[in-house]
Amino acid sequence: MRHHRFSTGMRVASVALALAVLAGGCAPSRRAQAITIKGSDTMVILGQRWAESYMKGHAGAVIQVTGGGSGTGIAALINGTTDICQASRAMKDEEKAQAAQKHGQPPAETVVARDGVAIYVAESNPVQALTLEQLKGIFSGATTNWKQVGGADAPITAYGRENNSGTYVFFKEHVLANGDFAAAVQTLPGTAAVVNAVAADANGIGYGGAAYAKGVRECGVRADAASPPVLPSKDNVLSGAYPLSRALFFYTAKAPAGTIADFITWVLSPEGQAVVTEVGYYPVQ
Amino acid sequence: MSNANPAIGPLRHEGHGRSTRRRIQVWRESLISVLLRLCAFTGVAGLLLIMIFVFREALPVLMNPEIQKEASLRHFTSTLMWQPVGAVPKYGLAPLLGGTLKVVLVAMAFAVPLGVAAAVFTSEFASPRLRENLKPAVEILAGIPSVVLGFFALMVMASWIQMVTGATVRLNALNAGIALGLGVLPTIFTVSEDALRAVPKPFREASLGLGASPWQTAWSVTLPAAGAGVSAGILLGLARAVGETMIVLMASGNAAIVSGSVFDSVRTLSASIAAELAEVVFGSAHYSVLFFLGVILFVTTFAINVVAGMFVGRLRRRLAGA
Repeated sequence: MRHHRFSTGMRVASVALALAVLAGGCAPSRRAQAITIKGSDTMVILGQRWAESYMKGHAGAVIQVTGGGSGTGIAALINGTTDICQASRAMKDEEKAQAAQKHGQPPAETVVARDGVAIYVAESNPVQALTLEQLKGIFSGATTNWKQVGGADAPITAYGRENNSGTYVFFKEHVLANGDFAAAVQTLPGTAAVVNAVAADANGIGYGGAAYAKGVRECGVRADAASPPVLPSKDNVLSGAYPLSRALFFYTAKAPAGTIADFITWVLSPEGQAVVTEVGYYPVQ
Repeated sequence: MSNANPAIGPLRHEGHGRSTRRRIQVWRESLISVLLRLCAFTGVAGLLLIMIFVFREALPVLMNPEIQKEASLRHFTSTLMWQPVGAVPKYGLAPLLGGTLKVVLVAMAFAVPLGVAAAVFTSEFASPRLRENLKPAVEILAGIPSVVLGFFALMVMASWIQMVTGATVRLNALNAGIALGLGVLPTIFTVSEDALRAVPKPFREASLGLGASPWQTAWSVTLPAAGAGVSAGILLGLARAVGETMIVLMASGNAAIVSGSVFDSVRTLSASIAAELAEVVFGSAHYSVLFFLGVILFVTTFAINVVAGMFVGRLRRRLAGA
């Protein structure tokens, strides 16, 4: 009996081993056709919708989309572990230099959509608009009470994104003029978490991608005290009238070719840009 | 081997085909034993490799002069700010160390009394039927993914706590600590309950026979007898609380402030690693510092686990001796 059981075990084990070897052997040939896309959390949904629509129209094409943050995607592009990097900020010069050094040529950049960084407040908050200067005060810790910016006498609770987010870097550059965030600014993983936190906090204020604004009110932004308040609407973001708008990028390590080039061309086509509008961003074509 | 020999013995003097089969048999068995041995060592090898990797990646903070210009032990203590991304990165560890300690203390203050009391009730007072339902129910809590617990704390519990305490900041150390407490509760409960149930029956019978009430027996005889096991449970819970990431990442607000109040937001070591490691440039000062945080976490939980192991060993010897 004992022998019998052993040999059955052995047979099972060898079949499993053979399967594993087969699977391992098969993977590279499948991967040759698959496109991997990695990067910005803001762009994950957009990327997935693109991938779904594209795969529907192109039998045999396999596109895998993952998030992790623009920085993660750029690191993956430099290390050669992703075909396309989605980024909600432009690559820094040092990152471009690293990529060029690794791959022998500078990365190729394509603007695929535009986005506005929205400012959220709770629906009950009477404050309708803030200037960039006031936002800077709030997020750098100089302004701590809503009455200093025309609201009720209540302490401000500021929410933001983690420092692995393209939105964090964008906000730091465009609102804080590269200054430090106040230590008390709470950071949450993902724009959805920021929106949820602000929705539940009457004295909260947060920033994030415009595509996620649900259950909170978008606050108008003025470039300075003399200019009118602007909401992150389609026209305002496309025209650049909204002070906190940004481009969304695709990066490839080399000039795109083959399936990748075809996919990027499709993304910029009317069909691909219709997806952008559907998801809640702004088309560039 | 003693099982295999008698079966192989009679084959020895038979034909050529048989002996080939026998050789295959021996070969097979030694292969199986090698495979099993490999499996056993894979876990240990994994641990060793991870340890070497984490320590090696953290080393530049102590050794590499280039990295040390930006981040060294001096930088960890010279500022109270943790803001590693920016023109002048600031790597003050005080808010992270203090934040971790604060959240863990709140979690243990919540989970230890609850977990141990629940274990005493389940093992000493509950009817067998109730026990059969209670224990798996608490253990299911351990099966809830920590991200779900964290999200619950972010969305629901934070609002309750704010309503009850009137705290200005919704996501604070109290909220994260209680959520973390829920996360480690099953560990403390299960280990304590097992330890209590392992106390030999004569202990209780003698106590009851001398006229002690069931409550006196549980409190003064059974619980002390299982003390080492209960302590081990508490320490294992503590180790998990120190290293737990997702719950605090979601529920604490992650603001790196130095403050003693449980009503302020906190940022812990584990949450900082989880939130930031994905972004950092490979080999940069920030990268090394995050691994240094990993070393701090690793050493802390390792030490706690070793002490917990000592307690378990003591409990075993004590009950074996009794």
